[in-house]
Amino acid sequence: MTIEIPQSFWLYFTFFALLLLDGLWLMLATRNLVRILIGIEILMKSVTLFLIAAGVLTGRLALAQSLVITVIVIEVVVVVVIAGVILGFFRKHDSLDVGNTRDMKG
Amino acid sequence: MIWFTILLVLLVLAALWASMTTALLRATLGLALTSALLSVVLFAMGATLAAVMELSVCAGLISVVLVSVTSLTQPRSVKEAIADRRSHLRRFWPLPLVLIAAGVGLSFVHAPIDIVIRLPGGDGDVRTVLWSMRQLDLFGQILILLAGVFGVLVLFRKEAK
Repeated sequence: MTIEIPQSFWLYFTFFALLLLDGLWLMLATRNLVRILIGIEILMKSVTLFLIAAGVLTGRLALAQSLVITVIVIEVVVVVVIAGVILGFFRKHDSLDVGNTRDMKG
Repeated sequence: MIWFTILLVLLVLAALWASMTTALLRATLGLALTSALLSVVLFAMGATLAAVMELSVCAGLISVVLVSVTSLTQPRSVKEAIADRRSHLRRFWPLPLVLIAAGVGLSFVHAPIDIVIRLPGGDGDVRTVLWSMRQLDLFGQILILLAGVFGVLVLFRKEAK
């Protein structure tokens, strides 16, 4: 079975926008730090989809893939460092509530 | 085209499940499912190298990191869990309706002009692009990885007595 790849900008843009909206809602509506990290991840997925779609539509798929690989490397480092920050925060405050970050010294 | 659209719909549904579910572990599994479905979409689009990276790193490594964070944080009491679940559902019940409205709205919108320009010339091999044309990116990635390792070392260092 072969899957036909559509060449419609609006199809990709629609699903990119839906993923973006989902990730933004998760980041803004939750008070849990791990869920905020998951929201960042969903935003990264939408960007990955849109980069590859741009590569397919403009005929520059190899360039888009190299950019996506860069995005994935940055994504891993961001997730690992934020996970460490969340663990340190939990040990200090015994909670994952984002409201407790207000009393941090900065 | 219909199979590809179904894949994209499943991708959004998995992301929605990751957002809506009340348990952190299920949210992490939803994110892993989203990554796996995205890698299938990327593979179908011909971006095989990006699909492999997405599947191995995002669906694998990042899920392990998130499950570790979830397991290292203290379990809540039953009372707190019920209160959190109510608060979560109160904040997130409009999200599916908003996504459906946005999807229906965007499906009726079409650009009046062709905003995508197909560039002239052939597309090179991804290995050639990565190792020959974008060497500076690779150098930056190595620096970012080292910065990440340094950041983790700083976060987990023992306090001097």
